[in-house]
Amino acid sequence: MQLNEAEQALLDGKGGEAARRAIEMQIKVGDFFQAERFVVVSSAHVMADSEALGEAGIRFLEELADLGGRCSVPTTINPRGADFVHFQLLGQPEDVVARERRIVAAFENLGALAVNTCINYESITPPRFGEHLAWGDTGTVIFANSVAGARSNFEGGPVAIAAAITGRTPAYGYHLDQQRQATVTVEIQATPREPSDWGAIGCWVGRQVSDYWQVPALTGLRIQPSITELKQLGASLASYGSLAMFHLVGVTPEAPTLASAGNGHEPTQRIVMPPDGIQQVYRSFEPEHEQPDLVVFSAPQLSLVEIRRIADLLDGRKVNPNVQLLLTTNHAYRSLAERLGFVTRIEQAGGLVLDDVCFYILHTRELGQRHGWRTLVTDSAKLANIIAGYGYNPVLRPTAVCVEAAVSGRLPW
Amino acid sequence: MSREFIFRSHPGIGPVVEGEALVSQHGFSARYDMNRDTGVISRETHDLYGQSVVDKICFFTTAKGGVATAWALYDMKMRGVCPKALIFGTTNPIMVQGAVLADLALMDRLEPDPFAIVETGDHVRVEPAAGRVVVTKQQVDSPF
Repeated sequence: MQLNEAEQALLDGKGGEAARRAIEMQIKVGDFFQAERFVVVSSAHVMADSEALGEAGIRFLEELADLGGRCSVPTTINPRGADFVHFQLLGQPEDVVARERRIVAAFENLGALAVNTCINYESITPPRFGEHLAWGDTGTVIFANSVAGARSNFEGGPVAIAAAITGRTPAYGYHLDQQRQATVTVEIQATPREPSDWGAIGCWVGRQVSDYWQVPALTGLRIQPSITELKQLGASLASYGSLAMFHLVGVTPEAPTLASAGNGHEPTQRIVMPPDGIQQVYRSFEPEHEQPDLVVFSAPQLSLVEIRRIADLLDGRKVNPNVQLLLTTNHAYRSLAERLGFVTRIEQAGGLVLDDVCFYILHTRELGQRHGWRTLVTDSAKLANIIAGYGYNPVLRPTAVCVEAAVSGRLPW
Repeated sequence: MSREFIFRSHPGIGPVVEGEALVSQHGFSARYDMNRDTGVISRETHDLYGQSVVDKICFFTTAKGGVATAWALYDMKMRGVCPKALIFGTTNPIMVQGAVLADLALMDRLEPDPFAIVETGDHVRVEPAAGRVVVTKQQVDSPF
């Protein structure tokens, strides 16, 4: 990699030992992908929950802070593995909470914003067209690349914090024009009506196109999706397909037409999602039991609009005593939802609104074993994918059907 | 009697290592495919289900999964429950970032395609900086 004066100074240790280690790691990654230079990033987003880090990862962060490492750009942190208020209600052990507190302290020492959210793009660091970012959490990256036209690779925790310190990242992958061209056209003949239908499209496409370096261009949809729907589509594509970018022709900024999505090159591969494709996806998540153990709205964390919708659907009703109803969001949205009365309505119905967390990082395998949870109903295609690896029987259904399942204690189909 | 095969690629990550091959025709995620406490592949549908990756030169077709793998490789390395090297058909940034932090040997896009030649049990020498992998196959002598 070619280094400019500032970057060479960091490598020579003139910015301190933490910055030297950070840029050294970044150069190794850049060299592997034949990056020629660094690009300056306007923000970083770091995924670092206690389950992912292990003791070694926590010590790595603590050491960076002790060595004087400081974030030089606004840096947000992904959800953590314990809600510090509700952990006892969930039966989470104290040692998980203690580890999460160490991580928060390390990030505060590093000068990061310990906001614990995976929807930083909605309110804290909204991405702008053309800007370079160093974001982790696959859902945040695919949203920034596709919906906003900003530029980021999947930056795992260690290099995301490195980018936060150096303020730059190697220019490879999705920072470069050539990687952002559509490689496959997907004609969508199905008609999505619900946010979870968009997640189902992401699931169907991601099962066909699963390679970080592929970029699908979705055509044939005559509907203008909401931000909630694009959030579900992106999170699902990233989860099932390890994809970092998609084009939605006529909607996303780099794809006003199919030709522009391919930057003049027509994708050679073409696949068709049939009219019943969304139903195919729902049918691929069959319940083992008619009675669900829990209903979860999470992954990504819910926006205020999504929380309100669930409060409205629950209004005046009671969750079945055999079912646990959980929602996850960030602290800002939970505070607003409290002020606007949504939290009270959900709690009066028997649900729980967790903040700072996402369901699948709550050391969820152990949590399920402790409570005997097996059949989990959700409107998040991403959650349905991940949780299958943790000993759960996931059932993907539209939001209103999930709420009915929570209230009746039965799955209607 | 043994026979040697040499593969080339762009420069990889990490130190020179030697060991025994463990070859999969599937992809790999350190978070979703394996038990990180033991280093044993835990996803029932994986073709290496039940086998340990510890101290092996592992061949996987693709790198899968979310960003957590970048932390997971380091944690596994520090606890001594880690492969000696990871060789992919094609890898993704997360796996490379994790290998850098863990100082774990990692290479991809070898020529010729190793998945048609290398078998579990072959002896492998991985030279990331040189972009070279040497595989030695032990051949059973013909009884005739």
